[in-house]
Amino acid sequence: MTKTITDVICPFCGTLCDDIEVTVSDDGKKLLEVANACVIGTEKFLHSQSTDRVTKPRIRQEDGSWKTISYEEAADYTAKALAKAKKPLMYGWSSTNCEAQSVGNEIAEIAKACCDNTAAVCHGTTLIAVQDIGLPTCTLGEIKNRADRIIFWGCNPAHAHPRHMSRYSIFPRGFFTGKGQMSRKMIVVDPRCTDTARMADVHLQVEQGRDYELLNALRVAFKGEWLPDVVAGIPAEKIREAADLMKSGRFGIIFFGMGVTQSLSKNHNIDIAIAVTKDLNEYTKFSIMPMRGHYNVTGSGEVFAWQFGFPYSVDLTRGFARYNPGDSSSIDLLKRGEVDMMFTIGSDPGAHFPISAVRAIAKVDSVCIDPHITPTSGVSKLHVPVAFNGVECGGNCYRMDNVPIDCRKVVEPPEGMMTDLDFLTMVCTRLKKLKGAA
Amino acid sequence: MAEFIIKNGHVFDPVQGIKGDKKDICIKDGKIVDKVSGSAKVIDAKDKTVMAGAVEIHAHVAGPKVNLGRIYRPEDKLFSCTPTKGIERMGGGASIPTTFKTGYEYAKMGFAVAMEAAMPPLFSRHVHEEIRDTPIIDEGAFPVFGNNWFVLEYLKNQEIENTAAYCAWLLKVTKGYAIKVVNPGGTEAWGWGLNCLTVNDPVPYFDITPAEIIKGLIEANEYLGLPHSMHIHPNNLGNPGCYETTLDTLKIAAGIKPKNKFGREQVMHLTHTQFHSYGGTNWGDFESKAKEVTDFVNKNKNITIDTGNVTLDETTTMTADGPFEHHLTGLNHLKWANCDVELETAAGVVPYIYSPSISVCAIQWAIGLEIALMMKDPMRCYVTTDHPNAGPFTRYPRVYKWLMSEKARKAQIEAFKHKDKVLSQTAIGTLDREISLYELAQMTRAGPAKSLGLAAMCGGLKPGMDADVAIYNINPDKPIANPDDIEKAFSRCAAFFKSGVQVVSNGEIVNNGNKRTLWVNVKAKENPQVMRDINEKFVKYYSMTQANYEALGHHFVPNPYAIEVDATN
Amino acid sequence: MAQPITVNLISGRTIQQGVAIESGKEKPSYRTACGIIEMDPSDLKRLGAWKNTNVKVTSDYGSVVVKAVEATQGPHPGVAFIPMGPWANSVVSDNTYSTGMPTFKGTPVKIEIAINEPVLLGVELVQRQCGVKVG
Ligand code: SF4
Ligand SMILES: [Zn+2]
Repeated sequence: MTKTITDVICPFCGTLCDDIEVTVSDDGKKLLEVANACVIGTEKFLHSQSTDRVTKPRIRQEDGSWKTISYEEAADYTAKALAKAKKPLMYGWSSTNCEAQSVGNEIAEIAKACCDNTAAVCHGTTLIAVQDIGLPTCTLGEIKNRADRIIFWGCNPAHAHPRHMSRYSIFPRGFFTGKGQMSRKMIVVDPRCTDTARMADVHLQVEQGRDYELLNALRVAFKGEWLPDVVAGIPAEKIREAADLMKSGRFGIIFFGMGVTQSLSKNHNIDIAIAVTKDLNEYTKFSIMPMRGHYNVTGSGEVFAWQFGFPYSVDLTRGFARYNPGDSSSIDLLKRGEVDMMFTIGSDPGAHFPISAVRAIAKVDSVCIDPHITPTSGVSKLHVPVAFNGVECGGNCYRMDNVPIDCRKVVEPPEGMMTDLDFLTMVCTRLKKLKGAA
Repeated sequence: MAEFIIKNGHVFDPVQGIKGDKKDICIKDGKIVDKVSGSAKVIDAKDKTVMAGAVEIHAHVAGPKVNLGRIYRPEDKLFSCTPTKGIERMGGGASIPTTFKTGYEYAKMGFAVAMEAAMPPLFSRHVHEEIRDTPIIDEGAFPVFGNNWFVLEYLKNQEIENTAAYCAWLLKVTKGYAIKVVNPGGTEAWGWGLNCLTVNDPVPYFDITPAEIIKGLIEANEYLGLPHSMHIHPNNLGNPGCYETTLDTLKIAAGIKPKNKFGREQVMHLTHTQFHSYGGTNWGDFESKAKEVTDFVNKNKNITIDTGNVTLDETTTMTADGPFEHHLTGLNHLKWANCDVELETAAGVVPYIYSPSISVCAIQWAIGLEIALMMKDPMRCYVTTDHPNAGPFTRYPRVYKWLMSEKARKAQIEAFKHKDKVLSQTAIGTLDREISLYELAQMTRAGPAKSLGLAAMCGGLKPGMDADVAIYNINPDKPIANPDDIEKAFSRCAAFFKSGVQVVSNGEIVNNGNKRTLWVNVKAKENPQVMRDINEKFVKYYSMTQANYEALGHHFVPNPYAIEVDATN
Repeated sequence: MAQPITVNLISGRTIQQGVAIESGKEKPSYRTACGIIEMDPSDLKRLGAWKNTNVKVTSDYGSVVVKAVEATQGPHPGVAFIPMGPWANSVVSDNTYSTGMPTFKGTPVKIEIAINEPVLLGVELVQRQCGVKVG
């Protein structure tokens, strides 16, 4: 006999689908089938079952080989390394739950660490822009029920958020959008002719890195003012056509991604994209939303914010929270060689940071808490494998529109394996002892 | 549990009618008791004022829009950080403090209970995570109902029973405390960039008016017999001339009688009245209509209000009144955040600087004080700043000072750049009333507790009630030399006991207490139709499944305190 | 002899990258998904390379060997794409210009044919780049 668990949450991307169905063996130990998820989500659930998983903490020895140790020893090592360090960096947090993040923050407070999440390399610049100019946004159900103008700017949901279009943005039939896709016009702005762009009513193939100019041109076009013949590789008529399409909708949304946050103009791109959205609210209703990548990067920002006051890039080294991206941000701290202990959880900076920053990680004491073998574990001194959050343990997470959804546990982790929360709690207790904290 | 006896203090307790008499207060097992054993710890409160823990009836302290404020205003942390200190976690933020700082600041001022005034139901899990991380004070949260599609559809057909069944269900799944209404109909209209500015503006598509929503929700509230009444932020907030909409809103309560077992006597609570008491036709002839509004409330006993006092600070406005925040950013050109929430509500956030050099801000300041001074029954008028909208809650002691001292008010009026305008557009200069300590206890303890249906539990010092006891460094036998002493005394308690645990000593946190989440558990009649409707809306229109909607589990509500309501007959 | 060419490099997610990082970054499937550079046919021609040739990509920030494949989401002449991962990150610009964010998109790179050089596995690549001793 098998059991089917419904309403399961997929712990992969910021779409945070919560309609997954998972079939497990009667004893709840084996995950057999996954329904409703996209290929990535399915792989995430199924891979947790692979037999070659690392199930015990491992520490790297002098000769470079791994030695298996107990969770207790791993927690001792971690607490001591944190206690000793002057400027530890506790990075990641985007693939774990909010309860673990919360304990992590307590550890960081005691250790006087710098804390950061993966916004550092995805939507950090968005956060800077929001701090400059604000953010008119909405929940994804609003898009489903009302939106008739959908703009994907510098993002490629067909690849990065595979079920976004079917669940929320393009295909669903909502309350005021009974005709589904037929009720909507879709604009894609991307330097490549992506699989998302191929579906669009209008594709603006912007010259790479010239998004700021194009966004600015749209603001001009809304007002019907003069434009040069071509801006950012796009003819003026096409820009005006897109501007009219945006203005003529009843409810529109700009979804944006790494194409604008990571190219040269960075936060300025987002600044002006938000200004475009504000402008459009003079004519109709418009919102804008970052396509957050990791399934709980948003949650990490929320927890940081309610506990420390800032969403990422937080520096606690002085005993109170400071925030100054460029100074307190992970890449910059690493590149300047200021970090003397690296603590990674729920992310893979080894794969996703520029190599110069990864080299700085490899030089110092380091702990990597991750169910997988990753480039980060590959350069870390201690690798602590843990249960898969959202598969082998539950916990709260925040979708890209900030809606909290409590993940479910669907199978037991391998015998004896700890969760992020268990391990962090052990570290916290030990660190408190070492530091004599209350 | 420890026993305490608080000796020699001047006790102010409206619940027992004690007006400053010296009386010992005994605490045992978390409750006020008649007497304690000889081993009780003695706390000397000689020459001090003793009151019950204060009760916050309306503040925005936890949840998505508060956190959006924190996220998008790093500047709010400038000069307001508090480092880790003993058992105190680090904190930061002036108008939108972090959760730890929020709990500590309330406790240091002697607050026992705070109500989060606007919980978007879809985000209840977020609200509860923040409540969990706010130490010491007991908190509840009001889910918003005034723009909810279920409510709009049921009330269009005058289906009170169905509305009530839905409300009961939503309170349960969101662990909510009361029925909150914000800009009824107007926030749904904002889904299309529109608004409802009077109680008779039809809501687009739904074909219902704000007046019908308000009346229906009052009736549903009384049908269920909830501890608190329908709690309303009316249409047309913040605009010159808005007092007429306010009066139209208040009139809807006429003739409706409260029905509940909690001793609550009102059927409508009007919140942040200051923002709803404006006359004039523009910002030039802007004037106070505090008299018109309070006259009406004075005459109608089934209404309670809170003030929404402007504190003359830089702050962060935030409300489920989405269209208002869009309007505000157009006025002050500061950064605008907005979040529309599917099927339910919206929220907006805009920073605001209440400058004493701007006549409108000074007039707003005066209106908030006029309301408190013109209300005849302090049991029906509560001090709030609509934190952080009119100012941060940490400024309560300053507001108390203004209310208790005409001298302090006069000094502030003198300091305004447009003093004459303040005096010509309001009646503040003619009011010589000074709120007494007893009246203050009514306005900050017994009154709000009664309005919330918590009269048996908190807001007083009667044996059997929760032992929430605040001791302040004020000697009521001596005249107050300097009004600033009032502010100083109320800023930091000499001692504060929360549920019988001493949490503050000499203004410092000494214990993290046993924080509880208050919520209202209504046992309602089975209503299969409403259950079917809920199911259908989730399948068709929500972006998440019904099974994941509830705030369920220890990590959301680790220490619940449910107030049981039986609405089955 | 073919000449090196210069293109504008961007990186980003692909669905294959998403699947591969969940199936194991130590496995060959990760290399197949991300140890590639997607090039416009015209650029391949300019380089004088066939599809599926190993090439060496060099920037001011480093160099890496990947397999050149034909663009799947083209045309995008002058722009090349390496999926998000350690191969791309061996050459992207690490300049944050005080924003905290490296410049992952828009790094000028030189591409040259490197038929005989192997494309390393993900974990191995990073370990080598960092000089980590592995046992
Ligand atoms: S779209 Fe994202 S959340 Fe949904 S199933 Fe795919 S990977 Fe999971
Ligand atoms: Zn309010």
